[in-house]
Amino acid sequence: MLEIKCPYCGKRSQNEFSYGGDAKIKRPELGKEISDKEWDNFVYYRDNPKGKHSELWHHISGCRQWFKVSRDTASHEIFKTAKLDEDL
Amino acid sequence: MKDGTMSMDVDVGLIWLETHQMIKFTSSIKWEKSQKIMSNKFRLSSGGQINRTERISFKFNGKTFYGFKGDTLASALLANGVHLIGRSFKYHRPRGIFSSGAEETNALVQVIKDKGKTDPNIRATQIEIFEGFNAESQNCWPTVNFDLGAINNLFSPIIPAGFYYKTFMWPANLWGGYEHFIRKAAGLGKSPTENDPDIYDHKYYHCDVLIVGSGPAGLSAAKVAVKTGKKILLVDERPSFGGNLAFADEELSKINDLKPSEWIEETCTELQNNKNIKILNRTSVAAYHNYNYLIMMQNLSDHLSEKEKKGKIRQRLWKVRAKKVILATGSIERPMVFDCNDRPGIMLSSAVRKYINYYGVKCGNNVVIFTSNDDAYETAISLHNKGVKIEAIVDIREQSSGDLPKKCNELGIKILWKNTIIYTEGYKKINNVHVMKLSNNNSCIIGNKFKINCDLLCVSGGYTPAVHLFTQSGGKLTFNEGKYYFQPKTTSPNQISVGSCNGTFGLKKIIEETQTKTNEFLNLNHNDQSNITESKSGNFENIWLLPSDKVSGKTKPFVDYQNDTTANDIKLALREGYKSIEHVKRYTTTGMATDQGKIGNMHALGIVSEITNTKMGELGTTTFRPPYTPLTFGAVVGRNVKQFFDIVRKTPIHEWHEKNGAKFEDVGQWKRAWYYPNKNETMYEAVQRESKAARNGAGILDASTLGKIDIQGSDASEFLNRVYTNAWSKLAIGKCRYGLMLNDDGMVYDDGVTTRLGDNHYIMTTTTGGAASVMSKLEDFLQTEWPELNVYLTSVTDHFATVSVCGSHSKKILEKVVKNINFSNQNFPHMSFKEGLVDKIKCRVMRISFTGELSYEINVQSNYGQVVWEKCMEAGKEFKITPYGTEAMHLLRAEKGFIIAGQETDGTITPVDLQMDWIISKKKYDFIGKRSLYRSDTMRENRKQLVGLLTNDPKEILEEGAQIVEEVKSKPPMDMIGHVTSSYYSPNLNKSIALAVVKNGKKLKGKKLFVPMSDKTIEVTVSDTVFLDKEGDRLNA
Ligand SMILES: [Zn+2]
Repeated sequence: MLEIKCPYCGKRSQNEFSYGGDAKIKRPELGKEISDKEWDNFVYYRDNPKGKHSELWHHISGCRQWFKVSRDTASHEIFKTAKLDEDL
Repeated sequence: MKDGTMSMDVDVGLIWLETHQMIKFTSSIKWEKSQKIMSNKFRLSSGGQINRTERISFKFNGKTFYGFKGDTLASALLANGVHLIGRSFKYHRPRGIFSSGAEETNALVQVIKDKGKTDPNIRATQIEIFEGFNAESQNCWPTVNFDLGAINNLFSPIIPAGFYYKTFMWPANLWGGYEHFIRKAAGLGKSPTENDPDIYDHKYYHCDVLIVGSGPAGLSAAKVAVKTGKKILLVDERPSFGGNLAFADEELSKINDLKPSEWIEETCTELQNNKNIKILNRTSVAAYHNYNYLIMMQNLSDHLSEKEKKGKIRQRLWKVRAKKVILATGSIERPMVFDCNDRPGIMLSSAVRKYINYYGVKCGNNVVIFTSNDDAYETAISLHNKGVKIEAIVDIREQSSGDLPKKCNELGIKILWKNTIIYTEGYKKINNVHVMKLSNNNSCIIGNKFKINCDLLCVSGGYTPAVHLFTQSGGKLTFNEGKYYFQPKTTSPNQISVGSCNGTFGLKKIIEETQTKTNEFLNLNHNDQSNITESKSGNFENIWLLPSDKVSGKTKPFVDYQNDTTANDIKLALREGYKSIEHVKRYTTTGMATDQGKIGNMHALGIVSEITNTKMGELGTTTFRPPYTPLTFGAVVGRNVKQFFDIVRKTPIHEWHEKNGAKFEDVGQWKRAWYYPNKNETMYEAVQRESKAARNGAGILDASTLGKIDIQGSDASEFLNRVYTNAWSKLAIGKCRYGLMLNDDGMVYDDGVTTRLGDNHYIMTTTTGGAASVMSKLEDFLQTEWPELNVYLTSVTDHFATVSVCGSHSKKILEKVVKNINFSNQNFPHMSFKEGLVDKIKCRVMRISFTGELSYEINVQSNYGQVVWEKCMEAGKEFKITPYGTEAMHLLRAEKGFIIAGQETDGTITPVDLQMDWIISKKKYDFIGKRSLYRSDTMRENRKQLVGLLTNDPKEILEEGAQIVEEVKSKPPMDMIGHVTSSYYSPNLNKSIALAVVKNGKKLKGKKLFVPMSDKTIEVTVSDTVFLDKEGDRLNA
């Protein structure tokens, strides 16, 4: 079980958090006309890298804040965690 | 049909064996009865760490024995001369005690407790006896001395590697004949038949340094670690500390002039007096996960008598998060692989040393030792000094430069250098070994075969570092070519391995290296100078599979004793084309028994490496998976049993429902009143009655479980605009609106009514099951996508109790209960909200309806829920108000064609599919999922769409989930075009109604379709989804 440092609460066990996917996905601007392909890329297509990955986590059984985590998907090493408005 | 013929042979063989051996079987019972209770004739008169003042009587296979406090079942049985413990898994060969610890592969027993309570697969080498202890052999029938399954041994040439896989590939009708035979033969031990009455516990623990193992390395590490002044935890799976040093020969090594046992005692006393360290015995680490998270099982009372156990916790599962971990898990001795290396009386040399030095038990009187290294010579010296005759030491090496062989020579012990054992004799106990000389390159045997009589054979093939936990944690291994074992290479900076688990052997080296490494690891500089004397050790030689004088088909050189895998099975797997070690493992099942191959894995790898000519390092190891030793289900579950198994959420009105005979339905964690049967009423009858009453008079429903989210902030309206498909900005204060929420993929996610309480204040309701996930989703959007919106969310589901009153009389009831609201249609129309008072209780009343009837929901602070409910019941008495449950609610809304998110929808249904186009705002610039509604797939005309179904026979009720076809064929497969999502008999329409999703359903109205069931085909006609009151007159009544 991972140990994740919530930027608001500090180090906690993984079972207090839920995973929220790729942090680098940019939601298309509201109301903007975009192609099927652009939209499909946003909704369906995800990279599945082995190694460093920027992701979102939710401290669901804690402060309920979303934040960013830089994690190695193979070794599970967590390099850094950051608030949403901070750089990873 | 070769395989078919084979099956006949086995069956005939069985019958033959039964008749012939039954005679022997009866005589074996007589033999057992004639045996008197044996005394501890293999126990030395003094010595060892057992408590000789406390005599314990126990039962094994119905016979009474005695041992001493501190004995394991294994040591106590060996003291009584009992070696034969059970039968092997596949061939049912007699097997005895092989080791002295967690690595035990043969001596698994069934521990018998009170009625129905029993523990299978308990290692005799670990379980401690107590007064009244009772255990039996397992995997043998009818008795361990005579076992019918032993026929498998005679037929072993036809049970090769992959036997079960090959069997499963036979034609199914043949399998039927085999099933009984195989099922009886398969599996180890018996499961208990009663509920487990014992208490189990869980504990979370955080520490600075966790040390696993209390051998010389673990204890030395602990001595250094306590100097940090931080929180230290030291655990060991054994009852006492010291690891293998605890049974070292007392005369051969000294630490600071102390005997090994004295040094252990002194060190433990010193540690126990230090308040910074917690020390746990009988605590085995089962799993080592990421970030130093370890699961350990502590045995608290298994070693106590039934009387002492009373009221005590049996086992405790520790969940430990350690800042740093020091692994000192030691090493496990390897056997030797040669023909018939599995008989009772063949044991690991280190185990025999433990039995004689620690338990004062000699495992035999005439001993042969078979070795590849100097360590076994320590066993020889211990045995010799305690009066046991060493017949010979058979050593595969040319010679040794070590001190101990020299010493054995001086003691007059015969050493046969460069010899090997090629075979053993003795059915239930070894009685001799066959020895031959090894050729120069060890590839074959030469010279003449000779026999040595013995009643015990000690084998030692060197030691394998116990790297199980190290690899579980993600550590990488490297193969040490000179020493023939895998050892730790790289791991996390917050973990080290010390001692023999790190590939360091020899007492002096272990202690010194541990001190240095621990100091470095913990940034300390505390070096105790220890003065250690020990014997110089000679070289080590390794042969994975010893040469034999027979062809390989005729031998049984066991690699995995518990799964009965021989070297020949591994060879066969390789011949049949298996290359990867993971595949060989699964095909032969080597290393897949309850011991996970702690003893035999290295030989399996070695044999594969030799035959395939692949370097061990390149071959890699198989994966060690948790648990290191099996855990009980009890420990895993802890106290989360019965009512504590899962969280139960009850509404504030629950007690009333219970008192009034409600049956409950689980909705998520909630208990919801399902229906309220009158005396002798079936569920169907109750639901029909409740549904009728709710429509025709007055019904009352507990709707407290619906999710409620309080939404406030200057951008609350904009936020709702973005999360719902319809528009919210123009909703007047005091008005309610139904909303549909989609996922980004355009599929329906949740629905509910949201009320505008103020300019910047809304209360949203969600489905009962969707409450938590909707809340998370809304938070997600607010935090990650639209942080600029000024919106605050609070989950208030538990803050309010919701009483829903419906039916034509509901207005009159509300008027009686809520005095300060004008309930006229003009003042309080459908889809609006008022604040009121029930006596002095503040309440929010919404006129909304899920049944299609005139209906009000009263929301009050939770703790007033039941009071308000009872007031409504009282006020409704004259109108025959009827409580109705979730089932009637579902029926009533189905009559109106209202969907339930999660029943009519399944993540593949858009609002258009539901024919709810009206709820999609065409004016709004965007909302979650909008763009997806304009994809080619979501705009496809022939998607599955929501329709109504009427059965041609109005009495016929469809089954929810039943498949729908356009064309019936005599048998499947048929083209399925949809399925039934909701189906009821409507008491208000006097006919069966159903909702369904059907391909191209919008265009099929009036068309006949079919629902094929196993016994008949039901004809249906596609209809509108609204079955009752299409105009909505009743709502506005
Ligand atoms: Zn937090």
